[in-house]
Amino acid sequence: MMIAVELGLIYAVMALGVYLTFRILDFADLTVDGSFTTGASIAAVGIVSGMPPALATSLALLGGMAAGLVTGLLHTRGRINGLLAGILTQIALYSVNLRIMGKANVPLLRESTLITPLKDADLVGTWASVGMFLAVAVVILALLVWFLHTDIGLAMRATGDNPDMIRSFGVNTDHQKLLGLALSNGLVALCGAIIAQYQGFADIGMGIGMIVAGLASVIIGQAVLGRSSVAIAATAVVLGSVLYRVVIYLALKAGLNPNDMKLISAVLVVLALVVPQWKGFARMGGFMRRRMTAMAETPLVEKEG
Amino acid sequence: MLTIENVRMTFFPGTLNARVALDDVSLQLAPGDFVTVIGSNGAGKSTLLNVVAGTLRADSGTVRIDGRDVTRMSDHQRARYIGRVFQNPAAGTAPHMTIEENLAMALERGRRRGLRLGVTNAKRARFRQELTALEQGLETRLGDWVSLLSGGQRQALSLLMATFSEPKILLLDEHTAALDPQRAALVTRLTAEIVERFGLTTLMVTHNMDQALKLGNRLIMMHEGRIVLDLDAEAKSKMTAKGLLAEFEKVKGDALDDSLLQ
Repeated sequence: MMIAVELGLIYAVMALGVYLTFRILDFADLTVDGSFTTGASIAAVGIVSGMPPALATSLALLGGMAAGLVTGLLHTRGRINGLLAGILTQIALYSVNLRIMGKANVPLLRESTLITPLKDADLVGTWASVGMFLAVAVVILALLVWFLHTDIGLAMRATGDNPDMIRSFGVNTDHQKLLGLALSNGLVALCGAIIAQYQGFADIGMGIGMIVAGLASVIIGQAVLGRSSVAIAATAVVLGSVLYRVVIYLALKAGLNPNDMKLISAVLVVLALVVPQWKGFARMGGFMRRRMTAMAETPLVEKEG
Repeated sequence: MLTIENVRMTFFPGTLNARVALDDVSLQLAPGDFVTVIGSNGAGKSTLLNVVAGTLRADSGTVRIDGRDVTRMSDHQRARYIGRVFQNPAAGTAPHMTIEENLAMALERGRRRGLRLGVTNAKRARFRQELTALEQGLETRLGDWVSLLSGGQRQALSLLMATFSEPKILLLDEHTAALDPQRAALVTRLTAEIVERFGLTTLMVTHNMDQALKLGNRLIMMHEGRIVLDLDAEAKSKMTAKGLLAEFEKVKGDALDDSLLQ
């Protein structure tokens, strides 16, 4: 269970990246499956070749940003549909990742990584390490929320919300998309780098389904906490990531086949996307909204009679 | 302040559907001019506004703002000089951002955006003051999402956002057409007040003859991509809606005769 929470907190970094594109820029970016592995590969190869782990991890982040930039350029300069641009980069990255690693799997078992101190002190899966990973997730969360309230951040949010409007105030929306995709995939790659060190290897297939896990985290978390403000929405993503890993952990514990996990993830996301549109649910939603407005409009002292 | 010279624009050129939207249009606005533009559907009014704003690029001709040739600039580059309010009240604001965030974005028009916080207490105080002048009760709702506002409130907010950074040119594209009469009257009044207060050089497209006569110091009528009538302040003050309709019929009749002769 603690391991699941820990994993959820690490994967939250990736989920925050997905949140940035999917919710803020309104762009379903499939680069993620590739850039996650890119981050893992760069970190693993860097560490194996004797680089300090922190440096290798930073390089992984830059590699992810470059990948996001490629998708962004395909989409803005090349006028390629966003989904297709992401898929093209993702597929291209498969070869790039193999080139980086030179083989399909790079083990880190006897290497010194960012996680080694935790492993040496035998803290993995304890409150101490959960606390550490929580701290990392909270710092990245806080930075992201702060960024989204700066002048650039506001322009980025408006790019996803009403591009014509923000262009009429002098913002180049193409630049905002490039920046958002780069930041998002930087976070995704950073997460890949940490996961590689955590599990002790980088593997060419480790990114498969990452986008679905990321979307699941965003959707589940925001179904629980809502998204009435950026701070709440982003916090919900971290919570969603933890919930997602805990649900998977419980499902496995209940005896489900690990090979079915991707199918279950996909079904989970489909349900989370479809159920809110169903009539009964919509009525319930409407009822809730009416209640909320009624609550907001009702004077503090009820009128008599 | 705004100079449009020999602008031509044809949609779908070289096809059966080719349509001349602007036919050698030239127009000059002095600083502080408030020009209302009327004309039937397809007369080229909105195309003219879009060519000025840069959302459309003319086939030929030049657009100059304050002496600067902006013909080759894209819409977001020109935005530093141009404030714009659209017909659709939803078009001028970001719905899932708060009122204060929308205003903060508008205040940064044309400036280099950095990593400073968008909304500060100093800005909030200014926003409250500006919103109070709109008399929409928005000054107490700075943190509300814009999607919660009514169409009239949104359009009033759009108007404030388009103008309070004092652009060189203000473009109004039938910005009261989608509102009910009461709200339309309110936004019309606010428009007059704001344009006067900032002394903005304004180009306003409208379908409403009374509004075209009431607002501004000059009126032009467009038909089939050309300016067919240009009234200065004096001629405009003497003109009536009935007179405008008569002019309109005359132009249409002329056009009909032309086509019969060909």
